[in-house]
Amino acid sequence: MSERQTADVRGICRTYHRDPGRLIDIVRDVQAQSGCVAGATIDAIARELGVHRVEVESTVSFYAFLSQEPQGRVVIRLCDDIIDEMNGSAGVAEAFREELGIDFGETTPDGKITLEWTPCIGMCDQAPAALVNDVVFPNLSREVARTIVRGLREHLMPQRLIQHYGDGNNAHDLVQSAVSNNIRQQGPVVFAPMPAGEAIRLALAMNPVEVIRQVKTSRLRGRGGAGFPTGMKWEFTRNAAGGQRYLLCNADEGEPGTFKDRVILTERSDLLFEGMTIAGYAIGADTGILYLRAEYAYLRRFLEHMLQERRRQELLGKGICGHEGFDFDIRIQMGAGAYVCGEETALINSCEGFRGDPRNRPPFPAQEGYRGCPTSVNNVETLCCAARILQKGASWFAQLGSSGSTGTKLLSVSGDCMRPGIYEVPFGIKIAEVLDLCGAPEAHAVQIGGPSGQMLGQDGFGRTICYDDVATGGAFMIFGRERDVVYIAAKFLDFFVEESCGYCTPCRVGNVLLKDSLDRILGGRGEPRDLDLLQRLGKTVKACSRCGLGQTSPNPVLTTLEHFRGEYEARLQMPTNGRRASFDIQAALTEATRITSRSRGER
Amino acid sequence: MSEKINLTIDGREIQGDPGQTILEAAEAAGIYIPRLCHLKGLTPFGSCRICTVIVNGRPQAACTQPIAEGMYVENDTEEVREMRGDLIDMLFVEGNHFCMFCEKSGNCELQALAYRFGITAPQYPYMFPTRDVDASHPDILIDRNRCILCGRCVRASRDVDGKHIFDFVGRGPEKRIAVNAEADLAGTNAEASDRALEVCPVGALLRKRVGYAVPVGQRRYDTEPIGSDIENGGGNG
Repeated sequence: MSERQTADVRGICRTYHRDPGRLIDIVRDVQAQSGCVAGATIDAIARELGVHRVEVESTVSFYAFLSQEPQGRVVIRLCDDIIDEMNGSAGVAEAFREELGIDFGETTPDGKITLEWTPCIGMCDQAPAALVNDVVFPNLSREVARTIVRGLREHLMPQRLIQHYGDGNNAHDLVQSAVSNNIRQQGPVVFAPMPAGEAIRLALAMNPVEVIRQVKTSRLRGRGGAGFPTGMKWEFTRNAAGGQRYLLCNADEGEPGTFKDRVILTERSDLLFEGMTIAGYAIGADTGILYLRAEYAYLRRFLEHMLQERRRQELLGKGICGHEGFDFDIRIQMGAGAYVCGEETALINSCEGFRGDPRNRPPFPAQEGYRGCPTSVNNVETLCCAARILQKGASWFAQLGSSGSTGTKLLSVSGDCMRPGIYEVPFGIKIAEVLDLCGAPEAHAVQIGGPSGQMLGQDGFGRTICYDDVATGGAFMIFGRERDVVYIAAKFLDFFVEESCGYCTPCRVGNVLLKDSLDRILGGRGEPRDLDLLQRLGKTVKACSRCGLGQTSPNPVLTTLEHFRGEYEARLQMPTNGRRASFDIQAALTEATRITSRSRGER
Repeated sequence: MSEKINLTIDGREIQGDPGQTILEAAEAAGIYIPRLCHLKGLTPFGSCRICTVIVNGRPQAACTQPIAEGMYVENDTEEVREMRGDLIDMLFVEGNHFCMFCEKSGNCELQALAYRFGITAPQYPYMFPTRDVDASHPDILIDRNRCILCGRCVRASRDVDGKHIFDFVGRGPEKRIAVNAEADLAGTNAEASDRALEVCPVGALLRKRVGYAVPVGQRRYDTEPIGSDIENGGGNG
């Protein structure tokens, strides 16, 4: 490591006041400068921050966007979602491979371009899509892929390859993205106008306890999927012992098939920041953190600008709206590629510079969260709802939706339909109605809530979207008759294997075993006993896992087994002559024949 | 002395102290809840999940869940035993465990648990992973083939030895124990006297040149199943 590099690392660490809690920002910056974070660089960071090198390595090795191997100056990350696959990502992948002359996971010999797969980047409505550094390339085709590579070979500047901007703020000077919003149905909560500061002023006219009462009266529940009552969460946080409190906004939208937060951040960031400020006032926090997933880095400069605008309008900062004693500001914390960080305690760990392992509970974040202080972690959409509740009143909000599930829900619709995109619908809507709205008369199956949700068949299309029936964080993936649900389940399991933090046994090991068993069935080597094994294993993984990831990861298998059992059974083989179909003798002998340098059949 | 907390474990009413976990309260009452990552004197970790119990109908890790008044805990039921058996199986197939020539045999908590649960062979296919051995240190051997990622060495080194020699790197199935040096254990200040070495429940962290000292038949779990001390002692554990 040269003196210059050491000085660079030192400079970056000092930008963040040598605070180990900002390790993610530090290693992101180091990586942006030198292409990887390894060896002596790790030592230098550890020295500068006064921590052990293995602690730095532990964090760096956790996140998909950080690398200990040298990477190209440009990294192409092609989304490997099932929806992208249905829209032709295999052809795009082939074009990238051919044009670059490398395979996925490799870097071109000149060290300039790296090619990788990545899980959902939040673009299922315009798939297949890829990230090239921070720049999003939606609606890819083979031809476009080739054009991208040729352009990069010339100048390594992905932004210069964007020719048409998307609608709305996608065309903003600070975004300049080809992404489209695809807002198909606007509702009264998220997409209605909100004059800047209106809801904050109404909130400030009450005391914080009254604000919390309003939110409780509205019966607002968390929109991320778990559905915890928001008012109660705020109340616990406000009432917890301790002086300093924090408000964290979870914009780590990683559930495959979900992209609603992308659209809110692009078009309704004011509403979100309004909600964050109100939440800060309600719980007694002076600091809010927006945890922005690495895949949405293209929105960062724009969001920073919007925050700056609000500071100028005295909607952030000291004495907000002239309210003596209410100080609140927001900083953006970038993620670094880890789905599990959408789990609130993992998100807190990540904000503190650690691996994104979820924490043991209790203590809950409301008692001991960010930096040990009472913390409320809320979803992007939830905070938008809260702002609207303060503007329009709790009873106005509560009359929307159904009795147990008030308000509206943003659905991220993708897959086999005519109009993929964002739909703001009232809770209580039937699945069949959503299918009508988006033009999917041929739907055979719908995955609701993403891989961690459930796969329903036509007999379930009469069910309703609400917390008491089919709950969802918003993903609504539609599959036509020609799609193979067993394959889709295996694909989702792949995702969970990749994204498990590995902390607890059932999730770390169980998901691999589930995946192996599905692969056996897909490969025509499954037996009836495999279905029992899937069922039993799925139950253990769900029951014993430590966090929501493992508690839901068997869902793709269990819900397809429940609703599409026939598709599994059709693939099974009955054992014949006492021979188990699952045992592949040739495969079992491969290693031994390799070691002994014999070919099969030799003696 | 503060108020006692009443709870029921498998139909037996016991009392515990505020702040105790289910595992601690059970142990004080002479009830053994199987565990691997938990060790008295180390921060509860909740990673192996072997101590999973059903609390008022919901699965919880007994090592991290505090007791509460009126709790109804299911510990030694068929449902719970079945799940624990699955977890033990998972730990066996995930690594490369060769009990017959492992020097920890007879003193290994994973092996002892398998015996207690009547497991002679795992029901799941072996994964046969490729894992590193680090024999660089003059007195200590790390064999990651046998590591179950319980984090005992991580906690003991950090909190007891005050060294932070071990930590986890990677994630998911790629997760493994790393050392506080770029290359290997020889580059750290690890010593054979470190508490971190003593706490390994399996044969992943070993002192060199001291193996096989106790004859078969006299090893820790040769005569009594794991957990017997707690069940026979009826307290303190």
